[in-house]
Amino acid sequence: MTSNDGGGHMVKAESVHKHFGKAHVLKGVDFEVEPKQVIVIIGPSGSGKTTFIRCINHLEKIDGGRLWVDGELVGYEQKGDKLYELHDRDVARKRSEIGMVFQRFNLFPPMTAIENVMVGPIQVKGESRAAARDQAKKLLDRVGLTQKMDAYPAQLSGGQQQRVAIARALAMQPKLMLFDEPTSALDPELVGEVLDVMRQLATEGMTMIVVTHEIGFAREVGDALVFMDEGVILEAGKPREVVANPQHERTRQFLSKVL
Amino acid sequence: MSTATKPSAPGAGAGQGSGSEPIKAIPARHPGRWVATVLVLAFVVVFLLAISTNKNFEWGIVGQYFTTSAILRGLLVTIELTVIAMVIGVVLGVVLAVMRLSPVPVISGSSWVYIWFFRGTPVLVQLLFWFYIAALTGPHPALGLPLTHFHHFVYHLDANRLITPFTAAIFGLGLNEGAYMAEIVRAGILSVDEGQTEAAQSLGMTRLKTMRLVVLPQAMRVIIPPTGNETISMLKTSSLASTISLLELTGTAEQIFARTFQTVPLLIVASLWYLAVTSVLTAGQFYVERHYARGHLRTLPPTPIQRLRAIFTKNVTTFHAGVPPPPAVPGGERR
Ligand SMILES: Nc1ncnc2c1ncn2[C@@H]1O[C@H](COP(=O)(O)OP(=O)(O)OP(=O)(O)O)[C@@H](O)[C@H]1O
Ligand SMILES: [Mg+2]
Repeated sequence: MTSNDGGGHMVKAESVHKHFGKAHVLKGVDFEVEPKQVIVIIGPSGSGKTTFIRCINHLEKIDGGRLWVDGELVGYEQKGDKLYELHDRDVARKRSEIGMVFQRFNLFPPMTAIENVMVGPIQVKGESRAAARDQAKKLLDRVGLTQKMDAYPAQLSGGQQQRVAIARALAMQPKLMLFDEPTSALDPELVGEVLDVMRQLATEGMTMIVVTHEIGFAREVGDALVFMDEGVILEAGKPREVVANPQHERTRQFLSKVL
Repeated sequence: MSTATKPSAPGAGAGQGSGSEPIKAIPARHPGRWVATVLVLAFVVVFLLAISTNKNFEWGIVGQYFTTSAILRGLLVTIELTVIAMVIGVVLGVVLAVMRLSPVPVISGSSWVYIWFFRGTPVLVQLLFWFYIAALTGPHPALGLPLTHFHHFVYHLDANRLITPFTAAIFGLGLNEGAYMAEIVRAGILSVDEGQTEAAQSLGMTRLKTMRLVVLPQAMRVIIPPTGNETISMLKTSSLASTISLLELTGTAEQIFARTFQTVPLLIVASLWYLAVTSVLTAGQFYVERHYARGHLRTLPPTPIQRLRAIFTKNVTTFHAGVPPPPAVPGGERR
């Protein structure tokens, strides 16, 4: 194994850089998440929040620094002092251990709610249909959608779709969940039902990284609040402290807008 | 249809307290439509009279030949040719489209070259090409034979050649179709939202699984209508195979009228069969499209049969205010 394997952390980022063509989007992000922690990331539009959490499950390739999830490098393998790019299959296997919830839900339209939740375990883990179905029923029950098992995504409200999406991610029994603005595409009165599910998940001890502007949620369940600006983490700390007493002028300005 | 028990939205119930009653409205009148309908019907009657009484059409002979075994055999060859060429075309199209979207330059490049070549040359030339190759693979190598003697030469070939006119036609039509289908499939793949790929990949699906389980099924909605077009087009393009002495429908008709000089009736026989098969294909396309619309529409459009049934059970169109859409799609659409 490697000498520095991000030991003990669920996620460890060391000076992560990312370019899109000429645009330097992540400019040295350092970041740590311990198991069972809930980290909330906030920051202005274009600051690189989405890009960063997409790097964590290798939907984006980083081009500088190091990134570990649960002690393993993301997307690469280190032998001696050389880095080897992983094969599609190995990347996929690692992704299956990380759940991701998107702003626009991205449910599979031709599948019913329960089929959406079943497809991962069946196709990726090779579970039997019956076992996958049992588990999917339990998960849909947990997110309060027992009634809607056989509905297609187009027949569900945004809040219901997002809860199905969370159940779909949980079906893979991930050790880490990533949320990219999970409530931003929802009508205000639907935000609560999704946050409730996330809150419950946090109390059950799931490790979560959440990009959101719901400061209330951050204060309530967040172990740390991270403020990103222009591709770097400007400050991080206990949510209540950061909110009450931001150290940077940029953080203060931003918080005054979202609070 | 269930009666709504919920109070209706304001304004829907014409002010009377119980707004959940279906609206019974007198349809708007359109005198212009009636005039147009009468004119069109009159034209159709005149047209039908004209062609049914015209001596040149020789309807008796049409009827005589319509189901002769030669014509039916030709029809069968046409259908076989269409089906096999389309199967090759679709499979090849999917492979080429996926290759074209590959990040590896050699793979996407070779797909591009294939499409460029087969779309860039006439299908007739390709048919003749395969047939000529076929001729050369025969037991009597005839290199350097001038093309003017080609047809004469063809009729004297041995039957046990490696490539028969039928296989030559399959190659010519199928490989050509692959190039067109590749572009259709590629358009379908590109029409699927990128979020779908990302969601599938974040579940841990490999690139190929994502393509097969998530992207292609959704691409079908875009792929099916032009593929129906291609199939119908292939049905008729297959008549080009008559030029390489394959006795499909057109070739058979030609062979008969070359002997009997009953040209027009035999062309009518062929046309009627083409129309009949096209009708079947069109109906098939409707049902396939409907299948892949699953999940994309809140309710599927009714089939013609359902529509007929609705008319005969005298189902007056009713509008309920405040009734939620049906919970599931009708009629066994789920797997
Ligand atoms: N695929 C891409 N190609 C080029 N530029 C990109 C790409 N993805 C993101 N960017 C750029 O990178 C920067 C960071 O984008 P990112 O989506 O990470 O921001 P964000 O913090 O999530 O913003 P928001 O709050 O609006 O979601 C932006 O300037 C964006 O334009
Ligand atoms: Mg974002």
